[in-house]
Amino acid sequence: MDIDEVPQDNNRTLGGYRKGVYARDASGRMVLVASSGWEVEEIVTSDAVEQLNEQAAAARKRVEAGLSSPLEYWMYARRMDLSLLAQSTGVWRWRVRRHLQAAHFAKLPPPLLQRYADALGISSETLRQLP
Amino acid sequence: MSADTFQHSHAAHCESGVMTNLLRHHGAKVSEPLVFGLSSALSFAYLPFIKLGGLPLVAYRMPPKAIIKALQKPFGIKFRFENFSTAEAGQRRLDALLQEQRVVGLQTSVYWLPYFPEDMRFHFNAHNLLVYGKEQDEYLISDPVAEDPVRCATADLNRARFAKGVLAPRGLLYYPESIARTEPRPETIVDAIKKTARIMHAPIPLFGVRGMRMLARRIERLDPAAENSGHFIGHVVRMQEEIGTGGGGFRFLYAAFLQEAADIIGRRALAELAEQLLAIGDDWRAFALASARMLRGRDPMEPPAIAALLRKQADAEEQFFRTLKHAVQ
Repeated sequence: MDIDEVPQDNNRTLGGYRKGVYARDASGRMVLVASSGWEVEEIVTSDAVEQLNEQAAAARKRVEAGLSSPLEYWMYARRMDLSLLAQSTGVWRWRVRRHLQAAHFAKLPPPLLQRYADALGISSETLRQLP
Repeated sequence: MSADTFQHSHAAHCESGVMTNLLRHHGAKVSEPLVFGLSSALSFAYLPFIKLGGLPLVAYRMPPKAIIKALQKPFGIKFRFENFSTAEAGQRRLDALLQEQRVVGLQTSVYWLPYFPEDMRFHFNAHNLLVYGKEQDEYLISDPVAEDPVRCATADLNRARFAKGVLAPRGLLYYPESIARTEPRPETIVDAIKKTARIMHAPIPLFGVRGMRMLARRIERLDPAAENSGHFIGHVVRMQEEIGTGGGGFRFLYAAFLQEAADIIGRRALAELAEQLLAIGDDWRAFALASARMLRGRDPMEPPAIAALLRKQADAEEQFFRTLKHAVQ
């Protein structure tokens, strides 16, 4: 890749940052060039982010239908999954899975609720409902 | 060596960027490509049994911390590595080191760093950055993937340092206690190149060119109609281009290293090989472009075509690293 071939596609996913890539300058040396992004990168990153957003949206529907607890929504909204939430709270996976159910979640003791809230970086009041 | 004199510079990759800035701060004359090549960081690995969000681990480089550790010998560095069981203890120690005017390396999660772009915040725990000061409640941070220094509030940095999950940092901080050499000896460069050639020809199907062929076989079997197939090849491209590789899955960065190595050890052949690797890197970019077009539906989804491109890369790199090995014999 030559310097004039370094993509400058102003990727939305980079949020205004420029990333460093290496390219060949006029004298043939490889040098670091700041790039505002390549469309290819935007496509694959958006695809990954969309997948996470879809999971959160699907969880929201389940919560609204009374099938799941808000914990499931917040887990996906924070881009986590069951095993990461379990590891982040120190709660066994099977217990976390129970707490994703609305009925079990409603009976959570405040300290445990607080533990989930801390791991998700929100307050326990926020965790109790959908945003 | 006061932290006031610290100079931030932009880099392609977090770990090689951190080590470049840290070594320069301690008087070494290094560039990011030299740090990357000297630590034999270039690689390829496909580990289908390690899943990240349901997708297999694909890496174009050696595992996290490999660069930091590999630089100890060539520069005669004595590193201190410290982990902590609580965020309070970790913060106390970091603040004390900053009081002593030290520049400190940290391993952190990407997700909990507020200055990261929203779409880049995934739960990846092996990000590296340097802290060079603190003003009121904000740390002064040199994150090499950003063009300029950034700032981060204490509570946010604590959270990023003590994130849980795969590769949990457990508050890891590191700093050099002493550095014996400011320039690597030529023979350590030769050794590093030999090691990379050996890794790329590893007799294990998961690594090097054999890992690429194994991944090609997996891609070939993807169902063109399944939605997941697009996510799978998109994931491979993300690991190659998006997560700070300098383009072409670190191949351009390594080509830059070969140019420098050619000057340091006085072998023209390495500069010619750098040109070859540049061409291979361009083909990796073509592979990424073809994958992204299929993912977006601009071209019909044809996993066997993607697999064929990947096999071509494996063949080209098999030949390339053989020639490279002979060039430094």
